[in-house]
Amino acid sequence: MKILTRDQICARAAQEIKAGFVVNLGIGIPTLVANHIPSHLNIMLHSENGVMGVGPFPLEEEVDPDLINAGKQTISTLPGASFFNSSDSFAMIRGGHIDLTILGSMQVDETGSLANWMVPGKLVKGMGGAMDLVSGAKRVVLTMQHLDKNGSKKLLRKCTLPLTGSHCVHRIITDMAVIDITQKGFLLKEVAPGLTPEIIANNTEAPLQFDPDITEMKL
Amino acid sequence: MENHTDKIVSSAQDSKYKVFNSATEALQGVASGMTLLFGGFGLCGIPENCIEALSKTKLKDLTCVSNNAGVDGFGLGLLMERQQIKKMISSYVGENELFEKLFLSGQLEVEMNPQGTLAERIRAGGAGIPAFFTPTGVGTVVAEGKEVREIEGRKYVLEKWIRGDFAFVKAWKGDYFGNLIFRKSARNFNPLVATAGKITVAEVEQLVPLGELDPDEVHTPGVFVQRIFQGKNYQKRIENLTTRT
Repeated sequence: MKILTRDQICARAAQEIKAGFVVNLGIGIPTLVANHIPSHLNIMLHSENGVMGVGPFPLEEEVDPDLINAGKQTISTLPGASFFNSSDSFAMIRGGHIDLTILGSMQVDETGSLANWMVPGKLVKGMGGAMDLVSGAKRVVLTMQHLDKNGSKKLLRKCTLPLTGSHCVHRIITDMAVIDITQKGFLLKEVAPGLTPEIIANNTEAPLQFDPDITEMKL
Repeated sequence: MENHTDKIVSSAQDSKYKVFNSATEALQGVASGMTLLFGGFGLCGIPENCIEALSKTKLKDLTCVSNNAGVDGFGLGLLMERQQIKKMISSYVGENELFEKLFLSGQLEVEMNPQGTLAERIRAGGAGIPAFFTPTGVGTVVAEGKEVREIEGRKYVLEKWIRGDFAFVKAWKGDYFGNLIFRKSARNFNPLVATAGKITVAEVEQLVPLGELDPDEVHTPGVFVQRIFQGKNYQKRIENLTTRT
């Protein structure tokens, strides 16, 4: 079975970003989504440590220790950027001023609850800004692998790991499919090239509704 | 501390009445068991001089409030090495191996907060607001044991303020009154932390006389700052150097 690469997931996730959006990209794979955003869309990328208008990683001679993103990576800024304190930054998130957040996840369930911050018995690193983002952003999209390393399902009836947020996810983009969260649970919208809705259903623990207009993921 | 405040007021004819000569002097009155707030995000904008000076004292059983916990050998990692910290209140501590050891062996208490809740608890502390409702954390372990109330159709959890016996911040520029200007993303938690200390100590890269800072450009008004000093030997370590070619 041929599944999508991380880069292909990011390419599909970038299509969620509409012109004029203010977007927060989570740490890890979601950060790579930035590479796929067309420049004509006038997007402002928000980083919760206090930057709006995040630009590309800097050239070596431009590196500034006072300028980092939420993943503590050195960054640059774009024209129109601003800096602000953590209260203002989370007022943007919690006050519903962020149009979209794209986050990674370990588990998601058919009610739109997700778990991405701790595994019991392992060291608790902390939730950082994830709980604020999922409860405050206007739209929450997850990018994740459909199955874990051992082949276990991650799209579940009910999350088994401690939750990051409940009833807050709108869409899931995996290496196999695009699935929306609806009142009736998971709704299959798109499948990766070469895969069928039945294959997706077999790799999803919770029941999967099929949208009447399922399309192939455009990458 | 009361006496010290009196001393400050009696000498306030001098415009430098808040100015201290060094981090060590500015720590006067910090005691074991106190709650200390720290500005900074990762290693960006942390009060390096104050942390180093604290690490050279015999203070212990400290409760430290900081978004992160430094790294091995730098930032709050220095206080952790010397086992001066009893409890950390943070939002993300993934960058510190020693932290893991101390936590797993029960030598360190940890309270994790969503980052926006941590920021708002500190802001509330500085603004005299004892508690507030937020949707962040509802339905998760964060809300366990706390009041959850439905307001206009949505559930919110009650979170309490945080205030510190001392607060430590780092700014780019500051004047004798304690007016502060931060640089780029080194601002982060510093302005809110500055409001929430009974005594707030600011260390700055450039200490300037009154009148040198444009009032329109001040981020933190000096009323929130009780002590200020010219910092030195800033390392400004980079945690995650990432460049393009």
